[in-house]
Amino acid sequence: MIETKKLTKSFDGFLAVDQIDLHVPEGEILVMLGPNGAGKTTTVRMLTSILRPSAGTATIAGYDVIKDAAKVRSIVGVLTEHHGLYARMNAQEYLEFYGELYGLTVEESRARFLPLLEQFALDPYVKKRLGEYSKGMRQKLALIRALINNPPVLLLDEPTSAMDPESSIMVRNAIKSLKREDRTIILCTHNLNEAEELADQIAIIQKGKIIFNNYLNDVKKSLLGNPIFEARFLSEIGDWSPVDFPGVYVIEREKNSIKLEILEPEESNPKLIQVLSHVFNLISFEEKPRRLQDAYLEAVNLNGGKASHVNQP
Amino acid sequence: MGERPVMSTSLNPVFIIAKREIKDQFRDWRIVFPILGLTLFFPFLMNFTATRLLDFVEQYGASIVGERLVPFLFMIVGFFPISVSLVIALESFVGEKERGSIEPLLNTPLKDWQLYVGKLISSIVPPLVGSFLGMSVYTIGLVINHVRLPDASIMIQIIVITIVQAVVMVSGGVVVSSQATSVKAANLLSSFIVIPMALLIQGESIVMFWGNYSTLWWAALGLLILAVLLIRVGLAHFNREELLGREIDVLNFRWGWHTFLNAFTRSAKSLGQWYRLAVWDSLKRLKGSLVITLILVMVGIWVGVRQTQNFGITFNPEDMSQIDDKIRDILNIWPVGKIGPIALIFWQNFRVVLFSLVLGLFSFGILGIIPLFASVGVTGYLMGLLQMNGMPIEQYLAFIVPHGIFEIPAAMIAAAAVFYIGVMLATPNAEITVGEVFIGAVADWCKVMVGVVLPLLLIAAFIEAWITPRIVMLLFS
Repeated sequence: MIETKKLTKSFDGFLAVDQIDLHVPEGEILVMLGPNGAGKTTTVRMLTSILRPSAGTATIAGYDVIKDAAKVRSIVGVLTEHHGLYARMNAQEYLEFYGELYGLTVEESRARFLPLLEQFALDPYVKKRLGEYSKGMRQKLALIRALINNPPVLLLDEPTSAMDPESSIMVRNAIKSLKREDRTIILCTHNLNEAEELADQIAIIQKGKIIFNNYLNDVKKSLLGNPIFEARFLSEIGDWSPVDFPGVYVIEREKNSIKLEILEPEESNPKLIQVLSHVFNLISFEEKPRRLQDAYLEAVNLNGGKASHVNQP
Repeated sequence: MGERPVMSTSLNPVFIIAKREIKDQFRDWRIVFPILGLTLFFPFLMNFTATRLLDFVEQYGASIVGERLVPFLFMIVGFFPISVSLVIALESFVGEKERGSIEPLLNTPLKDWQLYVGKLISSIVPPLVGSFLGMSVYTIGLVINHVRLPDASIMIQIIVITIVQAVVMVSGGVVVSSQATSVKAANLLSSFIVIPMALLIQGESIVMFWGNYSTLWWAALGLLILAVLLIRVGLAHFNREELLGREIDVLNFRWGWHTFLNAFTRSAKSLGQWYRLAVWDSLKRLKGSLVITLILVMVGIWVGVRQTQNFGITFNPEDMSQIDDKIRDILNIWPVGKIGPIALIFWQNFRVVLFSLVLGLFSFGILGIIPLFASVGVTGYLMGLLQMNGMPIEQYLAFIVPHGIFEIPAAMIAAAAVFYIGVMLATPNAEITVGEVFIGAVADWCKVMVGVVLPLLLIAAFIEAWITPRIVMLLFS
């Protein structure tokens, strides 16, 4: 659905985006992570045909972002970094205006945005001037604007920034339901929890280059190694070793517990749990959480960068 | 999933943008109050002024002053509300950029021209509505006070001028707004619109008190051409990327100088290479402009010759017989080997070329043709006079041809180079900024000047000072 090949953008000799290759199939969410100024917004602007790539190509649903700019804009919903609302309009006027720009009648617009206003709990404020909205409300309304034309592709630049936790959850749930509707989404965020919750693919961008791009689990696997499991027992385990289990290695052992690196958990775990329960009175067997934050920091550190601009929960 | 049809060719989006903006403006008290004041209070004041002044001047029998004052105030009443249009226009793009609302708009399927024209209309309509209301209030006041209304033709003329002025101000303001990086910068740049408009109003006022109303039609036509050019330039250089990309105002002299130098030298390593790469290339691009200049030169000569019918002078035969004495005087003043006359002639021609550039820079190249047009017009007039007084063609051509072979092509190339600056500005170019276009065009002008025009003018000055008078002397002896 979204495809870029060696997409590059430079401004007066400054390389803002350097030969980015992305492939986001229909119905997937790609989360772009990276410090401020890494090139995320520039990439989004190239995908919406606002910025002209210096080199490389980008297509959305088969449409070239340069040659078919108007077509691309008609099938892409964009949540910009700055919400950019008109303070003297109310929500209804504002959304009707954008609906008209996408060729919708007033009735069609209302049929589209009224349920969304309700979903985002903005329906009581539909006649209130947008200048009086809180930051979170403005952000939610900007998201509704991005959805007004029912676009199959969404480019969301920090959709939950400035939102309270309740609203953030609301928006994340909305993004999940959009994904279920087979929409293709690129989401830029600094929030690693959000990325972990929503992403199919993760692309880590630094100084204009994609330093890592893969599916979420593969990102963790590549950067943090194989999954680690911890088993706790009632009885002491002594010097037991998983010699009969290929691909299972002891990382750390204590009197009543052991940490194991397991290459293929789906294959090894059922039998392993059976053996451990039988021999050592197994109390618990659980995977040690490997956070995206650690994978992100690892990726950035590997590339000699600083990750200080990313919110670390 | 719903994929909506793109309204690419429709005018609908233009009106959607214009409607929203106009509605928004009428919610802004900073726009509504001045328009209301200028629409209601100001015409009332002007009406009061007109009535009192008419009474006053009537006491001294100077009724003509009153007659001229009434249409003049009608124009002023109409002009004041449209001055608000500049404020709106200056804010149109750069204001939205500062508030961050331009990007969502740029993400819609709107075409550049739709957005641009929508903004243009929205900046013109409210002030014009105010202007017409103000004129109506003023006119009603005149009727109530039993003041004789100006002729309908004059009132129509003033309304047309008001509309065209509004379009010029707005189109200029929108160009500035789409190129500026901040509202502050746009306001500072607006002096390039405000000052010429103030001068124009003063000129129009003089014309109105003079009573030569037909001149106003020419002013309206000139303004209309300027408005069309401004809209064309604005559309040609409207660039979504530039609109979002530029963040800070920096006057980068180093960048400007490098851009100029690159365009001027074209990385030539020697003078020969510079002529081949840079000068010849620029001359080739002047082809179209040269054709237009040539046509205007011929028209200028024809107009000049025609003027002998209106302003024909018959020479005194005594003066004609003394012509060789006068030429001999010139030969004494300008002896061969004396550099002074050459410098004088060269400096005079160089000043005309510079004057042409200055005029051209403020008028998209158009007025840059005027010095050449006037020169050939005067030449045509003199040729006509000499022919009228029975001078053989070879004699009066001897006054012009020897140095004219160099001077006339040089003047034509110079005028075409100025005209070409306007052509470059009005030509769409998505690759480079309007600043780069301007610097490139000026560099082209400089190349043509240094490489072709000035050497030709220098040769012409030598011939004019040392050779032409002697050829003329030979023919007259």
